[in-house]
Amino acid sequence: MNQTLKKELSMTACKIRMGAVTAVHSAKSGHPGGSLSAADILTYLYFQEMNVDPQDPKKDDRDRFVLSKGHIAPGLYSTLAHRGFFPVEELKTLRKIGSRLQGHPDMKKIPGVDMTTGSLGQGISTACGMAKAAKLMNKDFRVYTLLGDGEIQEGQVWEAAMFAGHNKLDNLVVIVDNNGLQIDGNIADVCSPYPIDEKFKAFNFHVINIDGHNLDEIAAAFEEAKTVKGMPTAIVAKTVKGKGVSFMENLASWHGTAPNDEQYEIAMADLNKILAELEA
Amino acid sequence: MADIKKIATRDSYGNALAALANEYPNLVVLDADLAGATKTATFKKACPERHIDCGIAEANMVGIAAGLASCGMIPFASSFAMFAAGRAFEQIRNSVGYPHANVKIGATHAGISVGEDGATHQCNEDIALMRTIPGMVVINPADDVEAKAAVKAAIEHVGPVYLRFGRMAVPVINDHPDYKFELGKGIVLRDGKDITIVATGLMVAEAVEAGEKLAAEGIDARIINIHTIKPLDEELIVKAAEETGKIITIEEHSVIGGLGSAVCDVVSAKCPVPVVKMGVQDVFGHSGPGGDLITEFGLRAANIVEEAKKMLNK
Repeated sequence: MNQTLKKELSMTACKIRMGAVTAVHSAKSGHPGGSLSAADILTYLYFQEMNVDPQDPKKDDRDRFVLSKGHIAPGLYSTLAHRGFFPVEELKTLRKIGSRLQGHPDMKKIPGVDMTTGSLGQGISTACGMAKAAKLMNKDFRVYTLLGDGEIQEGQVWEAAMFAGHNKLDNLVVIVDNNGLQIDGNIADVCSPYPIDEKFKAFNFHVINIDGHNLDEIAAAFEEAKTVKGMPTAIVAKTVKGKGVSFMENLASWHGTAPNDEQYEIAMADLNKILAELEA
Repeated sequence: MADIKKIATRDSYGNALAALANEYPNLVVLDADLAGATKTATFKKACPERHIDCGIAEANMVGIAAGLASCGMIPFASSFAMFAAGRAFEQIRNSVGYPHANVKIGATHAGISVGEDGATHQCNEDIALMRTIPGMVVINPADDVEAKAAVKAAIEHVGPVYLRFGRMAVPVINDHPDYKFELGKGIVLRDGKDITIVATGLMVAEAVEAGEKLAAEGIDARIINIHTIKPLDEELIVKAAEETGKIITIEEHSVIGGLGSAVCDVVSAKCPVPVVKMGVQDVFGHSGPGGDLITEFGLRAANIVEEAKKMLNK
């Protein structure tokens, strides 16, 4: 990836993080930790990888994205807003009565949301259905779905993985946001899903392990996925929960807690500092 | 009734899907390793490229259906009622009901008439579960003619539909030129002023028989077939309550949450009259021939006659 593009995407990712934190702060509830860990992946998908048009969010041949870990809605909303699907200012309405921005993504309300999600394990199945639809209808759109590493404890995830492998859904990319933490603590301590890569391999996926904050690795993984024929791809992205906000990083407690006013100021200062460094 | 043709509505389901395959190029049928039993194998034979076997994974199957629907296809997700409405309830609620996905759930082997497989497979709760999902249409056809018409109506309706079919062969009672299926509209099979019997699914044939028996005893019973339990034909139910003053409901389903409850919801608000709910009385089923179980659980015409006479003090 050239340096100009990398700088541009890094700055976008930082702004998306700010939007997510602002939304959660405004709502006084929501899920900042995972929104921050997935921000670089979401940025690459919506600003580089996917064929989407904010002016025509339902266009037939668009690539689809399913946020299977629907609780990081603030991260997705911020990405969509910065991509132009709706005003960035609207992020402050998150979780409020009358807002389109429900606590979990609602495809009926929000332009750019391809599937209603929030109940863990269900998004990946719907993504498989979309990928299968493309095959049945001879369309060449691709389908991306982002799962939490805690989410893959849900049995339905593996029903879907079996379906994807069996149906040779090479137009499907499953991304696991491997930040290592879930509500009750370290995923390895709660009920370990490791080894994640070997599990997807066993379900007939092409598997790529990456650093989920390294844009070169993210780009290379999505490019590699396009060359894979006859099997779906799983990208296991090692990430840091709370990435970019000093006091949130690697703490399970920031899974679903909103920053208070003072914490919000610190968070925004952290992110502004990163942005300034990128600009310099 | 030995000379009357009998067909299981699950057969009607498979036959209807196969017959409609060409007319609806976006129709796609999903199954969870039960294609032979749910009769979607009939569709598979006619249209193998649009039949998807998801394996024994009903939760995923419902999600696959939601994804297909979001891309413009019309999926029918098929399994036994127990594993569709039961096991995959939350998937139907969140991935189909909440986004109002254009997914049809074709649930066969509903009720105690499943027979020998016993209680684990006899779903007496599906109507109750599906009724609670906002925007869900719930259809329980009475016979072959109605089941086939219901499949077509479900395709034409945009939004989620739950279709309930049976395993056991049941009399074909609607095979006449006047029959018309209208989503959400009940059918008066016999007019009457003394009492109303509201039936659904394979209990409709029993209700018709009961109506004849009651007439022979000088009791003028109104017989109503409610194939669409949601949205319920409230107007027809309220009119029956007003004009006959007494209602019996009968269904091959728990008396909790099904047709009987739906009828009570309406009459208690709009025209309170006594309602006797016949059905499975808050118990599990058990193994035995389906027909024998229907008799054992008191869901025959003779039982209806008895209840009607009791209500009328005759």
